[in-house]
Amino acid sequence: MSWKELEQAAVVKGGTSASYQVSGWRVNRPVINEAKCTNCLICWIYCPEPAIVRHEGGKVTIDYDHCKGCGICETECPPKAITMVREP
Amino acid sequence: MYEPIKGLKELPTEEPLAPGHRLCPGCGASIVVREVMLAAPKDAIVAEATGCLEVSTALYPYSAWNRPWIHSAFENAAAVASGIDSGFKALARRGEGKEHPIIVFGGDGGTYDIGFQALSGAIERGHRFLYVCYDNEAYMNTGIQRSGGTPRGAWTTTTQVGSARAGKQEAKKDLVSIVVGHHIPYAATASISHWRDLMTKVRKALSKDGPSFLHVLAPCTRGWRFDSAKTIRMARLAVETRLFPLYEVEDGVYKITFPVASPKPVDEYLKLQGRYSHLFQPQNAAELDTVKREVDENYRRLEKLSQLTSQLYAPAVH
Amino acid sequence: MTQAQTVRVSALQGDEAVAEAVRQCDVDVVAAYPITPQTIIVEKLAEFVADGRFRGEFVPVESEHSALSACVGAAATGARVFTATSSQGLAYMHEMLYNVSGMRLPIVMAVANRALSAPLVLNADHGDMMGSRDSGWIQLYAENVEEIYDRTIQLFRLSEDPRVMLPSAINFEGFILSHDKERVRLLDEEPIHRFLGRPRPKHRLDPDEPLTFGAIATPDTYYEFRMQQIEAMNVALGVFDEVEEEFERFSGRRYGAVDAYNTDKAEQVMVINGSAAGTMRAAARAMNAAGENVGVLALKLYRPFPAEQVASHLAHAKTVITMDRSLSPGAPSGPISEDVKSALQGAGMSRPVMSVVYGIGGRDLLTDDGRKIFAMAKEGKSFGPGSLMYGVKG
Repeated sequence: MSWKELEQAAVVKGGTSASYQVSGWRVNRPVINEAKCTNCLICWIYCPEPAIVRHEGGKVTIDYDHCKGCGICETECPPKAITMVREP
Repeated sequence: MYEPIKGLKELPTEEPLAPGHRLCPGCGASIVVREVMLAAPKDAIVAEATGCLEVSTALYPYSAWNRPWIHSAFENAAAVASGIDSGFKALARRGEGKEHPIIVFGGDGGTYDIGFQALSGAIERGHRFLYVCYDNEAYMNTGIQRSGGTPRGAWTTTTQVGSARAGKQEAKKDLVSIVVGHHIPYAATASISHWRDLMTKVRKALSKDGPSFLHVLAPCTRGWRFDSAKTIRMARLAVETRLFPLYEVEDGVYKITFPVASPKPVDEYLKLQGRYSHLFQPQNAAELDTVKREVDENYRRLEKLSQLTSQLYAPAVH
Repeated sequence: MTQAQTVRVSALQGDEAVAEAVRQCDVDVVAAYPITPQTIIVEKLAEFVADGRFRGEFVPVESEHSALSACVGAAATGARVFTATSSQGLAYMHEMLYNVSGMRLPIVMAVANRALSAPLVLNADHGDMMGSRDSGWIQLYAENVEEIYDRTIQLFRLSEDPRVMLPSAINFEGFILSHDKERVRLLDEEPIHRFLGRPRPKHRLDPDEPLTFGAIATPDTYYEFRMQQIEAMNVALGVFDEVEEEFERFSGRRYGAVDAYNTDKAEQVMVINGSAAGTMRAAARAMNAAGENVGVLALKLYRPFPAEQVASHLAHAKTVITMDRSLSPGAPSGPISEDVKSALQGAGMSRPVMSVVYGIGGRDLLTDDGRKIFAMAKEGKSFGPGSLMYGVKG
């Protein structure tokens, strides 16, 4: 892009990283067993990205565009409702 | 006065940190940021030092910050924050806008070492901001070099392990003691594993009319050499072994906020990290002993300080 | 004066004049660290704070690097910001000078020029600012105290112009101008406020519109961001004239990017900045009254360098003398000499240039020295490819 088109002094709007996908970083992906999930939100608070999305009533889903597969959610989930499985 | 942390469900659903940043999988620093910012008011302004967090969350044109955010240089985050504080005060005085809470993030590099002077000056002047040191115990962004926050015995690329020397020979600087020596209203340690303790401290700190400081351990999967899934476990063990005690100092009065009556052996924490593997070789037994002794001495020092200062100081009004 | 003004004449030191201008310009935040010979600026402002006459925030930072850093934070909130320093202090904040201009923050700074250590000396030369001349700051040099006062006011207007948004510095020699009391005709505050306005920068730290300042770039974009700065510096040349025009309308005073004395007729023309320009002009006047034909081109705007104007004023000269009050060890000649030579080249002109270095470490330049230097130029004395180190002992 020409210097005339770029934002002055590289000042950008906040939150634009959400458009960048990091799914390619993964080796394993977390899978939530909804039957076991108690909606405690522990996986959500400990996710570094965050790649865990909160829904009504404490339900959570994984944002696979932004999950890097670190495995913290599997390790920390109290009822062991999350399992890391190999990426296909 | 501050709003107590009720539970995770009461925390905002709107994320202060957007995903898609370039921090390593399992990075402790981003968990520090998420927990701090979720506990803080929505109009918080962030000033940050150069480091892992900064380069990974603000790589033009991608910014992970859903808050007003400014990075200037490596050693000046606290000085920049002083300016933000002064700017808002001056503008509010003439009726052009209002003041907002200011949160500063600096790594151990930008806080213990190169940013030390700016921090000291800013808190001595009494500016109103919360300084959060996310401590991954080395200059991680430039490739795991030692800092004043690197613990005794740890391997880093500038405290290598060999026949002549094994790991860092010096003790970790006691940053909270130095900060407390500036007579600020509030300083505390926190761990990402103990989110309620951390978030309560953030709210308590922000309620003070002056500078506050939070020292948070940020386990680093790359630099400490452990599997990325174990970040929270590492932070929790640091607390449970008494290696990283959780305490606060409010107007000079010490209080251990998470007492550890029966500590787990320090070995359990050290053995999980590649950076300490050499300590378990017979020739380094003395160094390992020093590490364990210092953990024990530090915790007992904090217990004694709690007793002493609770009797010595009258609670100040803030 | 074209507008009715109360005439308040004061005897002020250069430093005092800066403080008074800052007070009158409704500055929001001043963050500064004391260093001789700038200290009086800071002390005066502290007096104003204590008297309730300065309504902004005064931040007594713990170092010059933190001074400019605090200015960054304050400027990012949209506040009007000022700092001042000299010598070692300027060198200490050197990193931040580039940071500020790169972030396009309209910070104004007063520099009481002082030579750089080592060896340590307290007295004036331009080595401090010349060492930072590539930092992307607009740089002016003043010849007397009233000019320092006027320029400080003008620089807020120039820096804050949306077409510019570059930081600027007013330079004046330490002790010679910073401490010398001179006659200053103070302006009324109302017209100053009207002249400056209260422009809000389009980028601010504002929770209603979260922006990210100071992101890291890549080789793909860095050059372009710096090009924006280069363009702003070029545009500043024209805006400078507009600012002087506006300022003249309410103050009756105008200085120009250069001040030309007898350059349209002189055979030897001296290009010189700072207070010594006045001394040399006095020497030139006396010489011309005695039948000589010399001229002085006082350089006031240094960055952006008014190359075309400089070249046009040297058109008639047979010999050009450049006067540098700073050193550039190993370079063909000093900074001003190099810039003047480039300006001549750029205009397709060729003139013998006698490069002179003077006044290093506070060494005085007297009218008699001017006489001698002009005489040497007339003689056609050559000093080879380097500079005449005028006044050095031995």
